[in-house]
Amino acid sequence: MSTRSMSGLTHRLAVAGRVVLAAFGGYGVAALSAMLLALALPMPRSEAVSTGTLASFAIMAGAVVWVFAARTLGRAALVLGLVAASLAAGLWLAGAFSAANAP
Amino acid sequence: MSRPKKSLRQSMAWLHTWSGLVVGWVLFAIFVTGTASYYRTEISHWMRPELSETPADPAAAANRAAAYLARQMPDAIGWSIRPPTAENPAVEVYWWNNPDGPYHHALLDPATGEASRARDTKGGDFLYRFHFELALPPVWGRWIVGTCAMILLISLISGIVTHRRIFADFFTFRRDKSAQRGWLDAHNVVGVLALPFHLMIVYTGLIELGPMLMPWGVQAAYRHDILAYYAESGIMAATRTPAGRPGTLIPLGEIVARAIDAHGESPEVVLVTMPGDAASSVTAFFEEPPGLAHLHPQIVYAGDTGAELSRTGDVGAATRTGAVMIGLHEAHFAAAPLRVLLFLCGVMGAATIASGLVLWTVARAPKGADPAGFGLRLVRVLNLGTIAGLPTGLAAYFLANRLLSLDLAGRASWEVRGFFAAWILAALAAILYPKAKAWPAALGVSALAFLAIPVVDAFTIGEARFLGFDAAMLVVAILLALGARLAARAPSRLRAARPNLSRTVEA
Repeated sequence: MSTRSMSGLTHRLAVAGRVVLAAFGGYGVAALSAMLLALALPMPRSEAVSTGTLASFAIMAGAVVWVFAARTLGRAALVLGLVAASLAAGLWLAGAFSAANAP
Repeated sequence: MSRPKKSLRQSMAWLHTWSGLVVGWVLFAIFVTGTASYYRTEISHWMRPELSETPADPAAAANRAAAYLARQMPDAIGWSIRPPTAENPAVEVYWWNNPDGPYHHALLDPATGEASRARDTKGGDFLYRFHFELALPPVWGRWIVGTCAMILLISLISGIVTHRRIFADFFTFRRDKSAQRGWLDAHNVVGVLALPFHLMIVYTGLIELGPMLMPWGVQAAYRHDILAYYAESGIMAATRTPAGRPGTLIPLGEIVARAIDAHGESPEVVLVTMPGDAASSVTAFFEEPPGLAHLHPQIVYAGDTGAELSRTGDVGAATRTGAVMIGLHEAHFAAAPLRVLLFLCGVMGAATIASGLVLWTVARAPKGADPAGFGLRLVRVLNLGTIAGLPTGLAAYFLANRLLSLDLAGRASWEVRGFFAAWILAALAAILYPKAKAWPAALGVSALAFLAIPVVDAFTIGEARFLGFDAAMLVVAILLALGARLAARAPSRLRAARPNLSRTVEA
């Protein structure tokens, strides 16, 4: 709302960047979390899958809110990237990439 | 947004405003049709007045349905049969030869096994499916609705952060201070009053679409054997692998009789997998047991011998939690009083969205003689077209059901065309009307359209059992008329204001 005072093009690009990061980065982090929970939770695999899917939407919402709450776009991207990288590392440890079906 | 000194609340206010705006119109239609879907069965009854409640034998009806289905498509890979009940006296059948559809559909007379004589209509199912598919191809519609739901969830979270004084604000209603204040307070009251419902309905809605929106957990753990997940988790009983050679089904009525013996009640739906195969399976789905969880007990029988193959077992805590979420969304558990409450919550959801959309325009109304910019005019036009146009479309859908000739080819589709045509016409007319009078005029037209429903019903059908439905339509008409009156009375600067709040309340 107080956006009117901002310099036009830079501001618009920053907002567009956040929207793109929120949509794709948020979904990516949620998808990676659902996969990691499905593989790593110590419970029957059907239960782990259900838990991961149920939680994934809250994780996506949290990631999106973070992208818009962060001080700068760069900071938002950095943190989201680090989270995604650690999730991917966890998935690699859990053996998700041993057969070629990662999304 | 990238300015360094911005507070969290300011960022969240921005996020709330814009996330709510971009999907507000679609969400309004989703909320209105979803709220109406609480009464999907009642709507379907009203729209098929030829069906009366005659008890029929489910086993005999299943035999006749199987004979009908065998004639329709020799290479079908699936049949679904819903035996007759007191609530749904016709037999509803689906058949398909491709898992991605199309799913062919028919209503059968349980006594003859032939197509029912009831008028051709989609009934309440049209509103129900519109709620999550928007009358688009299913995959497209569901992804759009799922995306809108996620944006609504984010809008709710950012809205809560924005309203730091959420409790105090709830008791604040500055109706006469200024238009913007009044609209903000109205938005807060309906938003906060039903906030638990809003959060519940949007999250459980996402869970409903979860397997499509977020398949990656299943993919990671089960690779491509998705059905194994449903079987292992206890959601679905496993069926047999098809043999690949032709076989014969035993009479379905025999399996229905066994299912009644085994479970003590008639199955709600009988699903036949690979009906022409030597290793066909017949799954009996029973009504959900009392409780919140949306888990249908199932027994699978061999189609060639009628022997029991498997049944659903225990469901773990996490899967049950998901099933409870879906149960909460669909509210099959809710008896009449709770259903009314949920309906009112849905109405408040639509009112929250509508008041938020109007608030956006009121807050940006140009001061003095400044001309309204393109963005503001666009939002005003979309607000009018959606909030004031949709009720007229709904009324047209019901009126078309009573007025279209019973012999019309493709009658059910013409009812749907009536819905969209009336909606589009009402929207265009409201947009072309002089700005100051557009809201009262559009609301007045929709009020008249709803008023016409009980009148037309009295002249065409006129049965006492539909008095309840007709009375509900009358109440909607009165609320719309009150909305139109408020819109006409409001000072010109508030033009867009109060009217449509009470208007949405009826939707």
